[in-house]
Amino acid sequence: MRESIIMKIHYGTALGAVVLVAIHILFRMTQNFSESLQYQNVIANYHFLPYALMLEVILILLSVHGFNGLRVILLELKQGIMYEKAINYGSIGAMAVLIAYGSRTILMAGMGMS
Amino acid sequence: MAERLTNREGVKGMINPTRYGIERFAYWLQRLSGLGLLAYLIGHIYETSTIVNGKIAWNQMLGLTQTPQGHIILVIVIGMCIFHTANGIRVMLGHGGVGVGKPGQPEYPYRAASLNYKQRLCIWVSIALAAFAMMYGAGILFGD
Amino acid sequence: MAVVSQKASDTITASSTSSNSVILRISRSNLSNDHSTTLAEFKVPIQKWTTVLEAILYVKQNLDHSIAIRYSCRQASCGSCGMKINGKPALACYTKISELNSNIITVEPMNNFPIIRDLVVDFKQLFSTHKKMKPYVVRNDSELVPGTKEFLQTPREAEEYLQFSYCIKCGLCNSACPTMATDSSFIGPQGLAQAYRYVADSRDEGKKDRLKIVDQSHGIWRCHFAGSCSHVCPKGVDPAMAIQLLRGYLLGFRK
Repeated sequence: MRESIIMKIHYGTALGAVVLVAIHILFRMTQNFSESLQYQNVIANYHFLPYALMLEVILILLSVHGFNGLRVILLELKQGIMYEKAINYGSIGAMAVLIAYGSRTILMAGMGMS
Repeated sequence: MAERLTNREGVKGMINPTRYGIERFAYWLQRLSGLGLLAYLIGHIYETSTIVNGKIAWNQMLGLTQTPQGHIILVIVIGMCIFHTANGIRVMLGHGGVGVGKPGQPEYPYRAASLNYKQRLCIWVSIALAAFAMMYGAGILFGD
Repeated sequence: MAVVSQKASDTITASSTSSNSVILRISRSNLSNDHSTTLAEFKVPIQKWTTVLEAILYVKQNLDHSIAIRYSCRQASCGSCGMKINGKPALACYTKISELNSNIITVEPMNNFPIIRDLVVDFKQLFSTHKKMKPYVVRNDSELVPGTKEFLQTPREAEEYLQFSYCIKCGLCNSACPTMATDSSFIGPQGLAQAYRYVADSRDEGKKDRLKIVDQSHGIWRCHFAGSCSHVCPKGVDPAMAIQLLRGYLLGFRK
């Protein structure tokens, strides 16, 4: 994939994440802070489908943005064909693992499997 | 020997935020906050995953995170998030050529048009917003 | 790691008739002898207008003939005397001792360039990268064909790229760049600014080729607008502006 496409994705995920994380934080502020962290309140959020979908989108956007940023930093630190291949595929792998693990939480909590 | 031959500054040069003005400091802080936020993201995903293990496990996790130390970390995360976002928007617009000045005939003392007051103002505003958000966050977390 | 030679015999004193003097520390290294880098100290008389280059040449002339230094025009035109002066890349001929506000002046070879000897560094990578940017007007036709004997350009069109054409290839921008500090494959601010100089030239038709050249993982995308290159540029080229304007084409902000 051309670097310009990757960077456009990087900028796009950043802008999307800014909007959705702002909504996520505002949602937490609808209740008193310690109250909002109570088990039943948190579970209720996962049962609300639009909110759960929003969390999933945030997870994907931030994982892509974060690990691509880390990939950029690591590529600048050292160069070499094998190293760069390892960093590129490692970043994609790390993104996938984090998205999978987070999605597991959202799915299980959303379907009441706790 | 190989490093000395290339005479590259290396990581020490890259992570040194001094010598070249506020723009270099903003670059350094953007990188630092990005790494910090990535570490927080991974921690947060793990922390919230305990919800699927039931109420006891969730409360145990809250016992670990809802502490003064946990709140301090969260306040720092709030600051990093706001700075990274605000400065990131400035950098994204700059990358598109917005706010970097117009080409023209250089005149002594050759002040770079791209290092203009707009860029410096945005950096200071990002720092100020982050500081304000940290104070507000600390007020909520420690005031509870 | 540079070592300051503090022995009394190593600190060579200049003429005692001067009323004002500074300590000049010059980095010495000779890789063919595999010596480590040391800082040789000299006391140099100065006046209000003495430049760092003049101070170094005073040492070379009167105190130590073996100092290796590259210089030529003495007027910030040739770009030969770039070096690290008190930690910041600058042209030695363009930096007055008095504006450094210090009695101790440390001169070292520019970072991110291989050292040949003492203050002289190797510019091979800068020149080869510069050539990769196709630093000439790319056109399918010739100015002889239209009959005007030149490609016409208005003053307004010339201003679009003029400041970027003032680059003297001194390498100070590459030395200051935080990406160049660790990334040996990065094109660098000098190359990217020169790519824009030709893209912005209304006579040029090679925009697509140059954009393809810079659109790579160690190309324009490894610039993060730290602005250090523009901070140190002695000619007002402002490579940071050029790079962001060039990136505007890739991001769709400019057509």
